[in-house]
Amino acid sequence: MSVVEVDRLVRDFTVREPVPGRRLRRRARQVRAVDGLTFTVGPGEAVGYIGANGAGKSTTIKMLAGILVPTSGTVRTCGTDPVRARRRLARRIGVVFGQRSQLWWDLPLAESYDILAAIHRLEPARARRRRAELVEELELGGFLATPVRQLSLGQRMRAEVAAALLHEPELVVLDEPTIGLDVLSKQRLREFLVHERGSRGTTLLLTTHDMGDVERLCERVLVVDHGRLAYDGSLSGLAATVAAERVLVVDLAEPVAPLQVPGTRHLGSEGDGVRQHLAFDPTRTTAAAVLAQVQRAAEVRDLSVAEPDIEDVVRRLWSRSR
Amino acid sequence: MGTWQLVRAGFRQQSQYRLAMVAGLATNCVFGFIRASVLLAALDASTGAFAGYTRESLAAYVWISQALLGAVLLMVPTTAVGERIKTGDIAVDFLRPVSLLAGHLWMALGRGLFTLLPRGVPAVVVGTLTVGWFLPGGVAPYLLGAVSVVLAVAGSYLGAHCVALAGFWLVETRGLNALYGIVATFLAGLFVPVDLFPGWLRGLAALTPFPTFLQYPVDVLSGRVVGLDAWSHLATQAGWLLGMLLLAQLLATLGRRHLEVQGG
Ligand SMILES: Nc1ncnc2c1ncn2[C@@H]1O[C@H](COP(=O)(O)OP(=O)(O)O)[C@@H](O)[C@H]1O
Ligand SMILES: [Mg+2]
Repeated sequence: MSVVEVDRLVRDFTVREPVPGRRLRRRARQVRAVDGLTFTVGPGEAVGYIGANGAGKSTTIKMLAGILVPTSGTVRTCGTDPVRARRRLARRIGVVFGQRSQLWWDLPLAESYDILAAIHRLEPARARRRRAELVEELELGGFLATPVRQLSLGQRMRAEVAAALLHEPELVVLDEPTIGLDVLSKQRLREFLVHERGSRGTTLLLTTHDMGDVERLCERVLVVDHGRLAYDGSLSGLAATVAAERVLVVDLAEPVAPLQVPGTRHLGSEGDGVRQHLAFDPTRTTAAAVLAQVQRAAEVRDLSVAEPDIEDVVRRLWSRSR
Repeated sequence: MGTWQLVRAGFRQQSQYRLAMVAGLATNCVFGFIRASVLLAALDASTGAFAGYTRESLAAYVWISQALLGAVLLMVPTTAVGERIKTGDIAVDFLRPVSLLAGHLWMALGRGLFTLLPRGVPAVVVGTLTVGWFLPGGVAPYLLGAVSVVLAVAGSYLGAHCVALAGFWLVETRGLNALYGIVATFLAGLFVPVDLFPGWLRGLAALTPFPTFLQYPVDVLSGRVVGLDAWSHLATQAGWLLGMLLLAQLLATLGRRHLEVQGG
C-alpha cells in the first residue's frame, strides 16, 4: 500500500488585487497553485520534491497533511483522507515547514517537547526515551533550557526536526528544512536523517532548493513546475535527462565580440562584451580547458563558475519536453 | 492526563512575563481607585436603592473585578490564534492531533490562572487598605467563586477565540477586535455593575455571555449572590461556555474549509 497517493490533484487560490485607478475596488483572480498532480510514494521511499519558487510544493504538502482542502482530485495519506481524518493522521506524520515554527518561542526548548508529548498523548516512558534519543542524535543537549527565541537558526531547525519526530511518525515531510543553514548544520541534519531512515524505515518526502540535500537523502526525485509534474524518476536519470551544465562567466579587459569556444554555448554578453557567459558540459570538458581557450582570444580579468541550480534544472527539463 | 500538563505549561509561559505584570499592576491599582471613588460618590449622591449595593459591597465589586482583569480577557481581546491566522502559522496548529481550540484553550487557561496571582492578590490588598476588609466570611463563596472564576477565564478566552477565528474570512480583524473589546467590557459590567444598568440594557446584556465573564464571578466571590442563586450563576456560565465551545468548533471547521494559508 502507498503512503502517499495523489490523483489529479488541483488547488486554486483566490487572489484579490487592486484595480488600477479605482482605489477601493478589488478584483478577484484565481491562481492555480497545483494543477493536476498524480504520483504515489511507497513505504520507506525517500523522495525529493523539487521545483522553482512558487511551483506548488508547499501547497501540495499542506494538502497531504490535511491543512488545505483540495479544489479537485484526491489525496490519500497513510491510507486516509487527510482532511476528514486530520487529527488521526497527525499522529502518524511529522511535518517541518522550514519557514514556520512549531515550538513555543517564549518557553525553554524542553517545554515544547513536554507540550507536544501532552498534545500527542504519548506514553510518558516512551516519550522520555524518544526525546533522549533525539536530543543525543541532533545534539540538542546544550540548549534545552534556552528559550526558543534565543536559538540560532541551525539550532532551531534541528529542534524543529526533533519536534516533528517526537511521536515517531511513519511519514516525515520536510519543507525546505535546510533553508538558510550553514554548511555544518546542513551536514548534521542530513546525517541524522540518513541514520533515522536507516534505523526506522521512515518514509521521507523532502522539498529543498539544495541539490546536495537531494543527492545525499533521496533515491527518487519528483520535479514540479507550475503545479504540474515535470519529472518522476531517479536522480541519476534526472542528471542524464538534463545534463547539468555549468556556466563560466568571464570579465575581459576590453569589449570583444561574442566568444566562439568549441564545446561551449555562448549564453550572452554584458557591457558590449566585457562580461560573457559560456555554458559547458562538465562531463565533456573542464572549466580550466574552457578558460585556456578564452585566454587565447582575450585578456581575462576575473571569472566565476556557476553551479546548476534547481531552477535551472527545471527550466532545462521543461524546454526539453516541449 | 495531557490536559493538565497543557494548563501548567500556560501557567509557566505567563510566568515569563514578570516585568510586564509589574507594569500592569500600577495601572490596575490606579484604575481601581478611580472606579471606586466614582461609584462610591454616585452611591452617596443616590436617593434610590442602588441595586442593593452598600459601600462595602460596592468596594468589593470594584476591587474583585479589578483583581480578575487580565485573567479574564476583555478590553484587549488579542489571542495567539488571531495572530497565527494572519501570519499563516495556523498551518502548524492543524498539524496537531487535537482540535484547534483544545490546542489553545488549555494553555490560555493556565496563562489566565497565573495572571490571577500578580494581579489579583495586590488588588485585594490595595482595596482592603483603602476601603477596609470586603471579602465575605464562610467557605462557600470561595469554593463556588473559584469555579466561577475558572468558568469566566475560560469563557472570556473562548469569546476572544471566536472573534479571532473571524480572521479566516476577514483580512483585517482589528476593527472587529476593538468593537468586541468595548462592547464586552461594558456589558460585562466593568464600568458600571450590570445590576445598575437601566432595565432595557440589562435585558440586552443578558442576551450576551459578557456578564458571565465578570459580573457573575464577582457576585459569587464577593458573597453578594449566595445559595441557589450562586448555583444558578454557575449554571448560566457553564451554559454560555458550552455554547461558545460549539461555536468555536463550528467556526474552526468552516474556517479550515475556507482556509488559504498566507505565505509559503
Ligand atoms: N494563500 C495563498 N493565496 C494566494 N496564492 C497563494 C497562496 N499560497 C500559495 N499561493 C500561490 O500558489 C503558488 C504555489 O505556492 P507554493 O505552493 O507556496 O509554492 P512553493 O512551495 O513551490 O514555492 C504560488 O504562485 C503562490 O503565489
Ligand atoms: Mg514553499
